[in-house]
Amino acid sequence: MSNLPTTTTGTALVAASDATQGMFVTMTVAHQIFGIPVLKVQDVLGPQRIARVPLAPAEVLGSLNLRGRIVTAVDARTRLGVPALEDCTQSMSVVVEHDGELYSIVVDKVGEVMSLPETDYERNPATLDPRWQEVSNGIYRLQGTLLVVLDVARFLRLDQARAA
Amino acid sequence: MDDLLRDFLTECSENIATLDVELVRLEQNPNDPDLIGSIFRLVHTIKGTCGFLGLPRLEHLAHAGENVLGKFRDHELEVNEVAVDLILASIDRIKALLSYLEQHEVESPEGDDEDLIVSLNALAEGKLGGKPAAAAAAPQAEVVASQPPPIQSTDAPVPDEFGFVPVPAGNMAALEANMNSSGKPSPAPEVPKAPSVIKPAVDEQSAKSGASVADQSIRVNVDQLETLMTTVSELVLTRNQLLQILRGQKDSAFAAPLQRLNQVTSELQEGVMKTRMQPIGNAWAKLPRIVRDLAHELNKKIDLQMIGADTELDRQVLELIKDPLTHMVRNSADHGIELPAERLRAGKPETGIVTLNAYHEGGHIIIDISDDGKGLALDKIRAKILEQGLASDSELAAMSEQQIMQFIFKAGFSTAAQVTSVSGRGVGMDVVRTNIERIGGTVDFKSVKGKGSSFSIKIPLTLAIVSALIVECSGERFAIPQISVVELVKASPTSEHRVEMINETPVLRLRNRLLPLVSLRKTLRLGDDAIQANGNAFIVVVQVGSSTLGVIVDRVFDTEEIVVKPVAPILRNIGAFSGNTILGDGSVIMILDLNAIVMHAGDVNAHAAQAQAAASTAAHVDHSGSKQSLLLFRAGEGAQKAVPLALVARLEEIDRATIEYSEGSPMVQYRGKLMPLVPVASGADILKEGQQAVLVFADKDKHMGLMVDEILDIVEERLQVDLSGRRPGALGTSIISGKATDVVDAAYYLSQAFQNWFGEEEGAFEGDMSRRVLLVDDSPFFRNLLTPLLTVAGYAVTSVESASEALKLEEEGVVFDAIVSDIEMPGMNGFDFVSKLRGGESKWSKLPIFAMSSHATPRDLERGRQVGFTDYVAKFNREALLSALHETLKQGGVAA
Repeated sequence: MSNLPTTTTGTALVAASDATQGMFVTMTVAHQIFGIPVLKVQDVLGPQRIARVPLAPAEVLGSLNLRGRIVTAVDARTRLGVPALEDCTQSMSVVVEHDGELYSIVVDKVGEVMSLPETDYERNPATLDPRWQEVSNGIYRLQGTLLVVLDVARFLRLDQARAA
Repeated sequence: MDDLLRDFLTECSENIATLDVELVRLEQNPNDPDLIGSIFRLVHTIKGTCGFLGLPRLEHLAHAGENVLGKFRDHELEVNEVAVDLILASIDRIKALLSYLEQHEVESPEGDDEDLIVSLNALAEGKLGGKPAAAAAAPQAEVVASQPPPIQSTDAPVPDEFGFVPVPAGNMAALEANMNSSGKPSPAPEVPKAPSVIKPAVDEQSAKSGASVADQSIRVNVDQLETLMTTVSELVLTRNQLLQILRGQKDSAFAAPLQRLNQVTSELQEGVMKTRMQPIGNAWAKLPRIVRDLAHELNKKIDLQMIGADTELDRQVLELIKDPLTHMVRNSADHGIELPAERLRAGKPETGIVTLNAYHEGGHIIIDISDDGKGLALDKIRAKILEQGLASDSELAAMSEQQIMQFIFKAGFSTAAQVTSVSGRGVGMDVVRTNIERIGGTVDFKSVKGKGSSFSIKIPLTLAIVSALIVECSGERFAIPQISVVELVKASPTSEHRVEMINETPVLRLRNRLLPLVSLRKTLRLGDDAIQANGNAFIVVVQVGSSTLGVIVDRVFDTEEIVVKPVAPILRNIGAFSGNTILGDGSVIMILDLNAIVMHAGDVNAHAAQAQAAASTAAHVDHSGSKQSLLLFRAGEGAQKAVPLALVARLEEIDRATIEYSEGSPMVQYRGKLMPLVPVASGADILKEGQQAVLVFADKDKHMGLMVDEILDIVEERLQVDLSGRRPGALGTSIISGKATDVVDAAYYLSQAFQNWFGEEEGAFEGDMSRRVLLVDDSPFFRNLLTPLLTVAGYAVTSVESASEALKLEEEGVVFDAIVSDIEMPGMNGFDFVSKLRGGESKWSKLPIFAMSSHATPRDLERGRQVGFTDYVAKFNREALLSALHETLKQGGVAA
């Protein structure tokens, strides 16, 4: 967490329950910060034993057992078209539920939960890489850096990514 | 008690309980049309069911009630207390009748319901308005007295008296009664004004026979059962996990309690499974009617026999096999059973029998559907295959009967001569198979002409928990459903079982049969086959549909009960897995979908293994000196004999009784044609009984059977003929597997069988080993025939199947001394091929090129010479070819 820009640390935890609206779990993939709405996140995991799934799309690292439920691990780097990390033993993952199934999005590092004001939100810049454009729900301007809001549903739609 | 009746009683008691409540509500809100509609429907349902079950008394009564309710609904009659009383009285009578029915399983023969029916009809006609209650109540007493089970009096359940509890009997009452009987067996004090007849009646009953059937079974939402099942599945998984941990620890204090947990879990699992179990008879209930109607429509006499209807299986599975079963029984009745006259002619009883037999076998349920009809009409299927272009004539000729029969499972396939209302619409067996395979089942199929057909369906008892074999490949573990596993074989180069290759296609010899193998590593692209190359492998022999094949894996673990979970949607289109699961040690593994694996690996069929192996060998370039698969057999006197396996279309066992003689030559009816049989040793007597092993050679539509004594082995050897043959029928002698072996000249026997297959000339030539010959021929048969022939004659032969492949070799700079080419070939023909070679700057432009054709007319010869063929040889004239090669190469020296 220390290597994350910590500009918003003070406002990260807001007591009001309805404030979860603008709260995001942050994560880093190839030095870029991403955010997933906190209510979508089920778990944050450290390195896991992942069983390979043969013939699966390249983005799918495999399956893992999370307290008796089978979770499909999707590699964020591959999905975003970023070269794989050489040392992936330290990678963490964020478990999200989508259509009743659990998926773990494997990222370089999971950061803190941030509460972001609506006013800092912007749409995707038109010039963004189409691959990123597809999975991004917009951008939050943080101090000194930018946060990409990850659209989980579209992130997990691998078929179209491959067809494109 | 009859299941149908039990269901009916359960349903009725529920319906009636609802009715009681609703009627009272109706009285309070007489103008609620929804309520009237709902009551009407309930009574109507009861009436309908009674009619269906043949309970006329109940039906009449319900019918009269329904009439009145119908008038209520149509506002022809006003809802008042009197009317509701009368209806309630009828309902109570129905209850009484039902309770008698429950105890005696027949309708009460005593008493009748004319009283109520008259009153109801009067009410319906609007004649009754004053005091129907008294009119109804008076005769009621008689009934009560006359009927063995005491009947609840009817004038009781007036809502005011009960408050809002108008349930004098049924579930609530029985429950109360049970409570009372355990406490104090006196009338329920909560219903003080209820006539005393009611409670004691129920009490007596429940004291005598425990709770009534209606109270013993309850309806539970299927979803709830599913949830329960899932939870139990999770429990089973956790139990497995705990046991796994326990195995790793000695003297654990947890051992005893875990053992207990293990037991309880198993019991719980079994119990929950039982709640989902239903007798298969439920799926059969409609069949007798269907068969009856069918028999009527088709003017056949059919007897449907159902054995093992009480065999239970999971309701989910039951639902899924209902339609396939119905379809198959229909098929048997429609296609299988002949018309009575036909049956009599065939010496069979007029009435055909369709038998359904269900039984448990090792965690699976087997359902056999058999008929004693005419069996599958193979020739019709053949014709249909050709008509639909599913296979060519020659492909068909190379298929075994079993393979041909498999076509009935192809989509859109029906052999019914005309479309009846029953079948022949071309939807059917493919759907049947798909449905059964979807639930992890298999369909096996046998048919004997004139004797009947028999389908055997094997399905798992339940879908949620299956037993699976855990295997490992490339460090990954996979589960193979146990239902498909036939046996396990350990193969190593030194053992009896070893993996052999036919042109990179692995096969395993298993009890005199060739088993096609599929490498899991290759299929799942887990890496290269390096580890398997040393020949050590575990082979899981599995049965998929009608084909048997071996899956090569690295290791085999034990069998585990696994809970099948569907794979995540993003993995669903992989198609190699039917689900995934968590093992006892907590790891996630994929469950192999064997059907898909087989598809991945190509359409492998055990019976086709040899034919396909031959074809695939032929399809690739056979570089000279490469190993050949040889079939070893024993026939007559002397050394063991060998023939190139690729030449043999099939190995058959023929019943000697079926051998017929034509002009002194033995022959046999084979696939609707006569196949000549040729003994290896001429003059040997043919026995009259037992089974005769026959090697079948086939080319296009011609078949020839070579009779041998015993098939010994299949080996892979370099064919090196050491001694040239001195007698007809032998190419020479070679050392195979360390033994002197006669290499049989298949061509000799072929020419014996069909004079026109080749010429009559035969013989071997002294050759020159250094000469390299390129053989270009599209027919694998001739390639495989000529390759050994030329090899024997001392040439190093390379064969290719087309001119373009030959040209590829030319580009690669491969050097030959001569080319032998066919004329008629798909793509580039022989003439074009040779003009191309002669015309260009080809390195091969100076080579002697021999044309081979079955049309050796003078005109062809002329044209052949014009375009540049060195010589033109008739295809069947092997001697001419050999001498031409010999002469030319001797004259020209080394050309290249």
